[in-house]
Amino acid sequence: MDSDRHGRAPGDETTPETAREETRAGLQAYLTGLGLAGLLTAISFWVARTPLLWGPGVAVGLAVLAIAQMGVHLVFFLHITTAPDNTNNVLALAFGVLIVGLVVAGSLWIMMHLNANVMPPMVGGGAGM
Amino acid sequence: MTAAIAQGSHGVPPGHSMEGPAPKRIVVGFGFWIFLLSDIVMFSAFFATYEVLARATSGGPGGAQLFHMDMVAAETACLLLSSFLCGLMQLSINVEDRRGTYIRGAATFLLGAAFLGLEIHEFMGMVAQGATPERSAFLSGFFTLVGCHGAHVTIGLIWLAVMMAQVRAKGFSLFVHHRLLCFSLFWHALDIIWVALFSIVYLMGMR
Repeated sequence: MDSDRHGRAPGDETTPETAREETRAGLQAYLTGLGLAGLLTAISFWVARTPLLWGPGVAVGLAVLAIAQMGVHLVFFLHITTAPDNTNNVLALAFGVLIVGLVVAGSLWIMMHLNANVMPPMVGGGAGM
Repeated sequence: MTAAIAQGSHGVPPGHSMEGPAPKRIVVGFGFWIFLLSDIVMFSAFFATYEVLARATSGGPGGAQLFHMDMVAAETACLLLSSFLCGLMQLSINVEDRRGTYIRGAATFLLGAAFLGLEIHEFMGMVAQGATPERSAFLSGFFTLVGCHGAHVTIGLIWLAVMMAQVRAKGFSLFVHHRLLCFSLFWHALDIIWVALFSIVYLMGMR
């Protein structure tokens, strides 16, 4: 087979043997991902529904579970790993997470302060400006 | 995937610039990954908007009245399984197994379509109760955020159908391989956004 066509590096020959090996390893990774993601999802739904847990802590628990599940998806489904050929992907991800954090945390922080500072005159429900 | 070949016999891995150009597949994946991250940044703005407006129900219905746990669980299951089957499809693509690609692609498509159907059903039910986007700021934020994700899923379904047609018409050419790789990344990323969505909007909103 002409391995060049698939954008593989030279020397990375694919024999049926290695192809089968790759498929098995891939299947294992996807099954692990599905299992972990399903488990985390189930725990999330249980945490949200159960009366057993301390109410105010539930939101934090859900956030932690969601972040864990995103990590599972990234590693097992998107294959963002610490392999050397993945450095650029990980750096881009880190930058993306930084921006997402700034946008979400910054917006909430500013708007909470805005609400606290200008709420009393806004009883009529005006939109501020 | 090609990590092992770069290691020299002297045991020290060479720097990235010493390896020469990266394989096209890695470059394509990286480019699309950048796009996906920019898409996620866009979603983060919608998430921030929703979270700011989440309690601004203006006397209208709130999350506790509108959301149904079973519906959300079904949607989540559909999308997670769809993402999983998309991964299996990628394995079939890697060994250029056409039949496997079609079958797993069809399963990915049907589960994605089931997700979309449930979501549309949910939206219709909410609109029937008078919970339209113009009812309150909370509902505007909700429909923008969840609707934007739904629009992405719709685009993904169209893309998947087009890719199946391309596999049929063009076979597993280099370009088709790259497009299928980008589609898989897109589909998995949508599932990641859904994780944030069901946790923040539905599970926290139902309390």
